[in-house]
Amino acid sequence: MAQLIAAQQVLENTWTEQPLEEDGNAGPFVAPSTPTLYPLAFWRAHREAIIASAQAGALPLGLLLQPDDAVEEIAADLPHLALIAINFPKFVDGRGYSSAALLRQRYGYHGELRAVGDVLHDQLFYLRRVGFDSYALKDGKSTAYAIAHGFTTFTEPYQASTDQPLPHFRRQP
Amino acid sequence: MYRYNELDSQLVNQRVAQFRDQVRRWQAGELSDDEFRPLRLQNGLYIQRHAPMFRVAVPYGTLNSEQLRRLAHIGRTYDRGYGHFTTRHNLQFNWPKIEDVPDILAELAEVQLHAIQTSGNCIRNITTDAFAGVAADEIIDPRPLAEILRQWSTFHPEFAFLPRKFKFAISGTAEDRAITWFHDIGLQLKVVNGETGFTVIVGGGLGRTPIRGEVVREFLPWQHLLTYSTAILRVYNRFGRRDNAYKARIKILVQALGIEAFRAQVDAEWAHEKDSPHTITQAEYDRIAAHFAPPAYAPAEPANFPDDPAFARWRARCTHPHKVPGYTAVTLSLKRHGVAPGDITSDQMDVVADLADRYSFGELRVSHEQNVILTDVRECDLHALWLSARDAGLATPNIGLLTSIICCPGGDFCDLANAKSIPIANAIQQRFDDLDYLFDIGEIDLNISGCMNACSHHHVGHIGVLGVDRKDKEFYQVTLGGRQGNDAQLGKVIGPAFPAEEMPEVVEQIISVYLAERHADERFLDTFDRIGIDPFKNKVYAGRAHGRSKSQEAA
Ligand code: SF4
Repeated sequence: MAQLIAAQQVLENTWTEQPLEEDGNAGPFVAPSTPTLYPLAFWRAHREAIIASAQAGALPLGLLLQPDDAVEEIAADLPHLALIAINFPKFVDGRGYSSAALLRQRYGYHGELRAVGDVLHDQLFYLRRVGFDSYALKDGKSTAYAIAHGFTTFTEPYQASTDQPLPHFRRQP
Repeated sequence: MYRYNELDSQLVNQRVAQFRDQVRRWQAGELSDDEFRPLRLQNGLYIQRHAPMFRVAVPYGTLNSEQLRRLAHIGRTYDRGYGHFTTRHNLQFNWPKIEDVPDILAELAEVQLHAIQTSGNCIRNITTDAFAGVAADEIIDPRPLAEILRQWSTFHPEFAFLPRKFKFAISGTAEDRAITWFHDIGLQLKVVNGETGFTVIVGGGLGRTPIRGEVVREFLPWQHLLTYSTAILRVYNRFGRRDNAYKARIKILVQALGIEAFRAQVDAEWAHEKDSPHTITQAEYDRIAAHFAPPAYAPAEPANFPDDPAFARWRARCTHPHKVPGYTAVTLSLKRHGVAPGDITSDQMDVVADLADRYSFGELRVSHEQNVILTDVRECDLHALWLSARDAGLATPNIGLLTSIICCPGGDFCDLANAKSIPIANAIQQRFDDLDYLFDIGEIDLNISGCMNACSHHHVGHIGVLGVDRKDKEFYQVTLGGRQGNDAQLGKVIGPAFPAEEMPEVVEQIISVYLAERHADERFLDTFDRIGIDPFKNKVYAGRAHGRSKSQEAA
């Protein structure tokens, strides 16, 4: 995974991604030895086994969502999850912003929410606003510049979002 | 009009700094062209055929004289001394340099202007009636709610990368002048049982697949505007198509689901959002509405108009009924024959700014018909105003007549064009250069788009002209009977397209059918509705060598 930024620092990624079969289906489940991110198809196929094995091994659990994965489907699973990664296959595909907003604002997800894929400097501000708190910045882009400037583009926004539950007109004294 | 507070200024200034940095990184190779493109588009910057094109927002069409003078200055300093008003309350510069755009944005920010979200797949500039606040048939002034919507949609973090562009229009008058039936969301303000709210129309649009919108909610109280819009936008952002740009507008989603199912999804989403903090408070409405308080009108004074037929003509075409006795709204025509429709020179901008200061409380409007409007002119000042406007080439008495053509930049400037549009407009203006004849023909909307993106709304022109590309030659398809307003309709295709040089003749023939067939007091559209398209078709294609059989007309 690219270069991970969280809490204003560059961090080592400790998660492994569970691959799918070539046809996009879930293969057999083998209990992992490291924290693992499961694609939704794999999660659907092996949900009980994954949860049991994570509990047995005291390993945190994560899900990797694609833009068209409906967050409603995993709403009940959120207490099991330490990480949800949302993939942006292209940065102009904005579906992940709604997924994040719903997870945070509607379903009360409090674990780590990570943007992965085509994650670029100029979207960090919006990503942070809707509720992401870690960012796999695309390789070749400057993490130092992102940390210094990517999250503070605008001081005071108009609308409410995850980071600011009130619109500006309700924050005025 | 709305004046920025510290927050508004800070946001716009930070936007300038952000874009300056983005341009720098792009020039340094840190941002690829593909990475930079959506960023520059959301700042109104296109890279076009000859040069970049830069689009400045005129939020819901309101400008003041200071802002217009600044636009004049920008035209002189960074462009070739003119600008072009579009059909969506924007001003475009056709010849800026990319590296100058951060400085231009900084100059704009000083007078509370910007180019935020004037392009790109995001929520665009909100459009409304250019006569908002003064129209005699106004029910509610749409500008305060347009401003509230502007603020909410500016840098909205969830809706910056939608499947496609997204356009709101708001109308507050009995007769819709904002084309609300043909926008992604059209809002018609009304009062029901003493309560103010909107009829919400969704999924309209022109372009490649013209579709009249459908009512998604008969009545939405105004307090819920933002939460309900959030629900619509969220459904669209999640489920709108992204595999094909031509099928990505919300209209395609609404058609695919059907309005019932779409409404059910929106309502399910709204059930969560309704009454959330984005519910507009009375205090916020009042704060914004205070900016749009009426100016200090003077009592009516009798106006003695000289007996001058040229002035009388201008007054007949270019002034409009006003709420307040003794006042009138004036259109300064940007449709002078032989000039690209909607173009205005920097010198003319300065003249308009002076006229606004002298006669109209320092404010003006831009209409979606690409003209400039002084909304609050005393009738007793009209003659003096006319003399100055005439000297500046801004008093062509053709508003609503055949030659006040709505026309996009077309093939002369626009990369997407199939055909040129400005030369067609100018050729038609030349053919109908006789004012007596023009007045005799009467009210008629002629719209010319250079491609099916329909920036000139040709589908709703009484006569619509669409540039098409046929075997690498420029042809023009003609539609008749389209219209905006409460009964907005798409025009019907008359038949196979025509080469450019035949267009003035074709329009002349269409007009000749109307003149021969009309009853007293019938406008073009009335005659068309009564006799149908066939008499026009027969006349236009009689003896035309390239006329083809009906089965081949599909193009
Ligand atoms: S209608 Fe087509 S040619 Fe005209 S401005 Fe729009 S995109 Fe360009």
